[in-house]
Amino acid sequence: METNGVSRRDFIRASGLAGTALCLGFYFPANAKKAQLVSANAAEATGFEFNAWMHIGTDGKITLTDHRAEMGQGSYQSVPQIIAEELEVDLKDIDVVFAKGDPKKYGSQITGGSSTIRGSYKRLLMLGATARQMLIMAAAAKWNAPVADCYAQAGQVIHRPTGNKLHYGELVADASKLTPPKDVPLKPMSDYKLIRKPLKKLDTPMKTNGEAIFGLDKRLPGMLFASVERNPRLRGKLVSFDSTAALKVPGVKQVFKVQMMVFNTTRDGVVVLADSTWAAMQGRKALKVTWDETGFEHVNTVDIYKSHQELLKTKEGLSVKKQGNPDAVLDKPGKKLDVIYETPYQSHAAMEPLNCIAHYQSDKIEIWGPIQAPDWVQGDISDKFKMPKEKVVVNMTFLGGGFGRKAFLDYPQEAVAISKQAGVPVQVVWTREDDIKQGPYRAGISYRGQGAIENGAITALKFKMAGQNIDHWSGPGRGKPNGSTTEGFLNPYFESIKNISFADVPYEMPLPNMWWRSVYASTNGFAYESFINEMALLAGKDQLSFRREYLKDERCQRLIDRMEEVSGWKARKKNEGYGVAITECFDTTVGQVVKVSRNAAGKIKIDKVWAVMDCGWYVNPDIIKAQVEGSVLMALGAATTHEITFKNGLVEQNNFYDYLMPRITDMPTVEVHIMENTADAGGVGEPALPPFAPALTDAIFDLTGKRIRKLPFNMNAV
Amino acid sequence: MILTVNGQKREVNADPNMPLLWVIRDILGLTGTKFGCGAAQCGACTVHLNGEAVRSCVTKVNRAAGQEIVTIEGLSASNNHPLQLAWNELSVPQCGYCQSGQIMSAAVLLRENPHPTDQDIDDAMAGNICRCGTYQRVREAIHKAAAMPMEGAKL
Repeated sequence: METNGVSRRDFIRASGLAGTALCLGFYFPANAKKAQLVSANAAEATGFEFNAWMHIGTDGKITLTDHRAEMGQGSYQSVPQIIAEELEVDLKDIDVVFAKGDPKKYGSQITGGSSTIRGSYKRLLMLGATARQMLIMAAAAKWNAPVADCYAQAGQVIHRPTGNKLHYGELVADASKLTPPKDVPLKPMSDYKLIRKPLKKLDTPMKTNGEAIFGLDKRLPGMLFASVERNPRLRGKLVSFDSTAALKVPGVKQVFKVQMMVFNTTRDGVVVLADSTWAAMQGRKALKVTWDETGFEHVNTVDIYKSHQELLKTKEGLSVKKQGNPDAVLDKPGKKLDVIYETPYQSHAAMEPLNCIAHYQSDKIEIWGPIQAPDWVQGDISDKFKMPKEKVVVNMTFLGGGFGRKAFLDYPQEAVAISKQAGVPVQVVWTREDDIKQGPYRAGISYRGQGAIENGAITALKFKMAGQNIDHWSGPGRGKPNGSTTEGFLNPYFESIKNISFADVPYEMPLPNMWWRSVYASTNGFAYESFINEMALLAGKDQLSFRREYLKDERCQRLIDRMEEVSGWKARKKNEGYGVAITECFDTTVGQVVKVSRNAAGKIKIDKVWAVMDCGWYVNPDIIKAQVEGSVLMALGAATTHEITFKNGLVEQNNFYDYLMPRITDMPTVEVHIMENTADAGGVGEPALPPFAPALTDAIFDLTGKRIRKLPFNMNAV
Repeated sequence: MILTVNGQKREVNADPNMPLLWVIRDILGLTGTKFGCGAAQCGACTVHLNGEAVRSCVTKVNRAAGQEIVTIEGLSASNNHPLQLAWNELSVPQCGYCQSGQIMSAAVLLRENPHPTDQDIDDAMAGNICRCGTYQRVREAIHKAAAMPMEGAKL
């Protein structure tokens, strides 16, 4: 670990030999199933690749490494909040630093799949508890007292019989020489003082006075700023460019061709390097560039959805999951439904446009940027630039939003290529137009739902999806069905409905596509939960009690109880504008009730959103509430205000004036309820997004009788 | 040209057409003011020019010469403007990127209208986009700041 210019090796030696700090971390052996907890001493003795996840100095100051990115979802708060609980310290005594990319030290670092807490919390608890135990053991030895007579509180070890106290700083030298004890017991949930409390976030102050350093804010001595004109067709070659005028722009230093890999395709660009971002942008405007436009389709959005429809009507696709025989039921006469839902292409459009600093040197590559997966970037840059992994240093900054886009490898790679050729550190800055027009996007997906009702109950459900598959685009998944076809759909339905099938009808298109907040659940959820609402109507039942008949799992039943209770569901009147949906995503189930009405001008207005989340074990209820509020707003935008469309192979949208974002005036009141239980932790950052669109369109149906099956739709035109 | 930024006179050698945003960020090194769209659509670059909220991404630097510029770094002496205190109290920011602009817009609102209604807040803040969806808390925090004493804070 390199902190303040001290190399890892020096750091370990200092802490190990002099015993001036207690450092604990995890070791991830290449093929081992479980990470091992080690101390700095053990690491040094055995030559382990050591990572100090936790460093306690002789002054008692604690430094924790956040092994994940902070992009608004709260890892900078929740990671220390977990460790402080078991370590028995105050949050104010903790400093947080971001990890560099290194899977050997931190395991997987990808901040995605809402995995930071659900993937690490048990390890983090154990880390805090083990350090506390070592400090207690060191104190007991000093006092020559039994360990059982000592306990930790507020950064001190206390000897119960005498009331003697030693603070952690006085104990680290001795504690660092101990072998970490195994299987230290963890606190029961009922003893938690910090976990499950709505503590204020540690990173708020620095985000209210301009101090927080995002990728775009990082500066290096001698750095140049870069703006790149890339092929507007998202792939393909450059024929020629004329840089004469660009080089005359004051501040412009260099202009040259650059190539970027996007999965298995390449995209040419022309980069302008200058001494300010603005000069680089001006130079870029002065370029004359000719692109090779041959060799790939010039797609139109309207044709994409026509193809989806055709495929869904004529092909059975690749089976993903099947039980019973839905086709046999659907072939019989009776009450049936057969409808198509469409979801749009979406840009991530994080508020911080993509950017990355790279400094290529002959023996080392260093990167700074808003990056969701530093370990992936390290591996990718090492491969592509033939540099040993340990010589590729990926530094993290705060991320101004990510939503999946900043877990992609294209922009760091392009920055390295530019720095290599320029011979200086460069910061590549994407404009908002680059961010909107260059992808990759969440793919637009279409769904066909077929179902049968007999005696008020579902007798068959059949779903097919058609749309670009991330795995097909990236290469290795070709020929295989999309494994995420059922994502978002609640598992208990499979227990209670005899005949169900899910199939993926492969649709390939050379448009770069990738994951977007809540991934396939964001589109699947709209189709599947809308369909359940339509089936409830066909069965003549209300949407919540209909679901109660199928979701017999106890946690689901309680979730439905809560939804009914908080939204006043039973007291509502028909056609008053209530809608509902429940989806599962990353081990968390979220149910939402949306209430709409018409305002004085006759336009649809969202009166309220009630969201009930069951994410099992959790850290900070206020972060959960914030994530749900944010997920609802992001889902509202994707459902009603923006989509990416293609015309003759070009993206039609440019900036926030034609890729419209919901604003404060559009923000509905969101009331969040969290289910209390002791189940394992589920995700928090994404699962509240999928149920919003189907609950909203269901509410609009309840109010107006109009069923919306295509997103986005214009709320003002309903 | 001479710029007065956060009460300090700074001599700047810049193309007079360069937007104030890039002078502030790339020449003066004050990175709290953010680039979001370059087209006055999102408000992330909001600063005060003679006390008015302007979008620095479309304000040419020569328009600001000789006038009072305040950025987020200069809003208060020690992060203690009522809005900054309220923001902290309610954990408003998520990613935080748009928040400098949100706070700078809200500061002008509160100066002109010390006790705004929800509608006043919506009207004044509609130019600031937040992709994380912190709007509900922005509203609440402005009300909270409005209820705090303004003493010691400069606007």
